[in-house]
Amino acid sequence: MKILEAMEKFDPIIGLETHVELSTNSKMFCGCSTEFGAEPNTQVCPTCLGLPGSLPVPNKTAIESTFRIGLALNCQITEFSRFSRKNYFYPDMPKDFQTSQYDEPFCVNGYLDVLVPTDEGDKTFRVEIERVHLEEDTGKLTHSGGVTGRIHGADYSLVDYNRAGIALVEIVTKPVLGTGKYAGIVARAYVTELRDLLRSLAVSDVRMEEGSLRCDVNLSLHPKGASEWGKRTETKNVNSLRSVEKAVNSEIERQADVLTEGGKVTQETRHFHEDSGTSSSGRSKEEAEDYRYFPEPDLVPVIATSAWVNELKTDLPQAPSVERKRLAQEWGFSDEEMRDVVSMGATDLIAQTVAAGATAQAARKWWLGELARKATEAEKDLSSLGIEPKHISELEQLVVEGKLTDKLARQVLDGLINKEGTPSEIVQKRNLVVMSDDSSLLPAIRAAIEANPEVVAKVKTGKLQALGPILGAVMKETQGKADAGKVRSLVLKELAVEG
Amino acid sequence: MSEDLTTFSAQQLAAKIKNKDVTASEVTQAHFDRIEKLDKKIESFLYLDKAAALEQAKRVDKKVAKNETLSPLAGVPLALKDVMTQRGVPTTCGSKILENWRPPYDSTVVKRLKENDVIILGKVNMDEFAMGSSTENSAYQKTKNPWDLSRIPGGSSGGSSAAVASFFAPLAIGTDTGGSIRQPAAVCGIVGTKPTYGTVSRYGLIAFASSLDQAGPITRSVMDAALLNEVIAGYDPLDSTSINQSTASLVAAANTKDLKGMKIGVIKELGGEGWQEGVVANFNQSIETLKQLGAEVVEISLPHSLYALAVYYLIAPSEASSNLARFDGMRYGLRVGDNGEKDVEAVMNLTRAQGFGPEVKRRIILGTYALSTGYYDAYYGQAQKVRGLIAEDFKAAFEKVDVLVSPTSPTTAWKLGERVDNPLAMYLADLATLPPSLAGVPAISVPIGLAKEDQMPVGLQIIAPAMQDHKNYQVASAIEAAQGGLLIDQIKDLASLV
Ligand SMILES: [Zn+2]
Repeated sequence: MKILEAMEKFDPIIGLETHVELSTNSKMFCGCSTEFGAEPNTQVCPTCLGLPGSLPVPNKTAIESTFRIGLALNCQITEFSRFSRKNYFYPDMPKDFQTSQYDEPFCVNGYLDVLVPTDEGDKTFRVEIERVHLEEDTGKLTHSGGVTGRIHGADYSLVDYNRAGIALVEIVTKPVLGTGKYAGIVARAYVTELRDLLRSLAVSDVRMEEGSLRCDVNLSLHPKGASEWGKRTETKNVNSLRSVEKAVNSEIERQADVLTEGGKVTQETRHFHEDSGTSSSGRSKEEAEDYRYFPEPDLVPVIATSAWVNELKTDLPQAPSVERKRLAQEWGFSDEEMRDVVSMGATDLIAQTVAAGATAQAARKWWLGELARKATEAEKDLSSLGIEPKHISELEQLVVEGKLTDKLARQVLDGLINKEGTPSEIVQKRNLVVMSDDSSLLPAIRAAIEANPEVVAKVKTGKLQALGPILGAVMKETQGKADAGKVRSLVLKELAVEG
Repeated sequence: MSEDLTTFSAQQLAAKIKNKDVTASEVTQAHFDRIEKLDKKIESFLYLDKAAALEQAKRVDKKVAKNETLSPLAGVPLALKDVMTQRGVPTTCGSKILENWRPPYDSTVVKRLKENDVIILGKVNMDEFAMGSSTENSAYQKTKNPWDLSRIPGGSSGGSSAAVASFFAPLAIGTDTGGSIRQPAAVCGIVGTKPTYGTVSRYGLIAFASSLDQAGPITRSVMDAALLNEVIAGYDPLDSTSINQSTASLVAAANTKDLKGMKIGVIKELGGEGWQEGVVANFNQSIETLKQLGAEVVEISLPHSLYALAVYYLIAPSEASSNLARFDGMRYGLRVGDNGEKDVEAVMNLTRAQGFGPEVKRRIILGTYALSTGYYDAYYGQAQKVRGLIAEDFKAAFEKVDVLVSPTSPTTAWKLGERVDNPLAMYLADLATLPPSLAGVPAISVPIGLAKEDQMPVGLQIIAPAMQDHKNYQVASAIEAAQGGLLIDQIKDLASLV
């Protein structure tokens, strides 16, 4: 069933659990480095390997980062809070329990407002935050062999504990009601807004493609007007902004189908597949583990004194919405233009492009035009294209200087996506130099004139707008490298027509 | 060298080494000689680290030769409970699941021992993962009580108590969760201290129950215990529950030997009916001694201590069920069933089924149950509340008295095998030692005599408020001095026994 049809019968309730790896220098409970990309199992010690006898020592910066996130999300900071153990057996967890927080999290009861375009114009949805808590990340498993890519059926599995023990903040929303057909857009807008907020706090790299920001989507449907909520599923592994929207919409459609056919939604964990945009069934509630939470006896409670919290409050950055207003003004964007920039997750990309020297309008043109199109084609977020903003600035400069035509510039973008180097290097390698001297252009121009006698006749009668086919032929012949203005003036000169 | 170097106290040995009467190498060698001759019958050591120990002794001798400043226990041999990690030395926790595991790091206690030039002879036996009161739960061997080889040496630090009582070492490190230092010390006729929770770092102590575990000394004399306690105690940033505050000098307190003006409370609920006759008789005698030493003795009630056993057997197994989860065959230690066909859960299950003994499994199951959804509030949650009430009892009592006393254990050492099929009878051995453990306060066991009926040693438990460990040493050393000699010197010559 398509989403609009589903939304005529049902109301969705969404909930989002977001995991954010903090960018602290050392891990949550030991001194090991957190740098991404090191050789497997080289950033480990007795504590993060959970060796017998080892003990955790909490990272104060991580606790403060969590408080700052809570404050930025308008949460209350809990005065007395504790870490708890979440017990379950899995080889990516060195201790077979995760040090997390349970009934005494650091921050509770906040909210984040997100602006979403609707049929009735832009509308603000308030997403309420249930809790923000701190925990440690697990190791990273790689399964070899087997068809599912999961541990069962694999020939063998490898585990890298470099990630084990990295500070991880979990931000859990309260159930979000009343989003209707905008559920997916609200969910995406929330994660985008949250990402920008976390970035402005400088607490995390928030790179979804590297897993430093990960999202689980909870969703249930109930018949319109019903007071009882439906059974909820939790879709895990949603690792890009566009996937957040897709995961919500595809789960709405799936559940609507199940319910319409008289079936029941199973309360379960589902796994999202980035490539197909759909999810598959995981663990059901009956099989769900009892985590046997209890207060971590190896750690003492954390007392958030008002002096401590107030000190953290003083250096909170401006809220992204305020910051955005300032940027829109500085960049000369209309509200609508700015909203599109935000919803594409391009604010920071444009800011960095501008910082590298481009004009704001040019930066917006590239990121929301050609690059947005390429991202959509590749089913990726803009930030996941792997293009550095400074390269876009350089590209724009080449165009302004007349060293690249728009068409050539697009080829440079392909080169950037393929990681072929800087724009200048790509121009060299791909031989994308603009042809503007008479001697190299004239042979193609004369051949085009020769091949299009009717066009020549029309132009000679003064219908300059008929020039198109000749210009096109020249561009084709020169593989788009010709300077369009130059070609036009040369054609007119050849035909002895006034331009 | 005519005299037997193994008969001296740690304090005496340290002085002899410092004065160049003997070398640390000679002292170390003498203890190894005795161990090699007699430990076949006692079975206290699991691993002898001979080469490293003699090497360490040589380094001490060089320091002595150069007249360098020496730590108070430099060159004195020590037996280390196999629950403490020591870099490169097998550390089994008395379990098959850790057989042949060599830790890549030193526990803080070991680091401090090394820094103080204490000679670690090797690792001694214990109940598997420190769960037990007889050391019979060791997966490796049955340690005997040197007073009577047919009896248990106590537990879980039975290897430590047997080794010290057998004069294999003047010093041992034990760990105490619910009485595992005090009860083995009591039944072996020697001294054992459980310091204030948080004063000795738990970093490198393989956890049984994190909120209760505490390492401490097992020695033949009160002074030796004070000396060793001072070496191992101190703030450790690697242990978040470590207390950043120092206690008054323990050695000075052990030198006081005077109880004038001290008020001592006899715990009403611990003793009397149902306790072994000889235990009660010796305890009553020691109360008289305390009075003669100038102390005022009153009776004190700790009403909630009656629930200590129930509380302990919910909290300790709960924490253990989580602490012992990591032994899953994935990263170190035993791995069973990995034949390329079984999945990860099967290998974990087989490893744990084969690697853990029955008592460890019993407590993991108990703890897993107590923490389960729907049972947590009734069991673990309720136990924590009662634990709070027990601590309140102690707090109230210490407003009236300086220290509290009770017999250390309801009975003397029982026969090997007598209680192995009766876990509840085994658990009762800790009746008196559990309340101070749950309250986190310091306690010491000091020998007070032999039970008339079996000629086995009886211990007195002294309990002080948190961070006032020195009071325990003061009372214990006064009692010891009043007896005119160490009880352990009444042990029949071990050489003739074997
Ligand atoms: Zn580490």
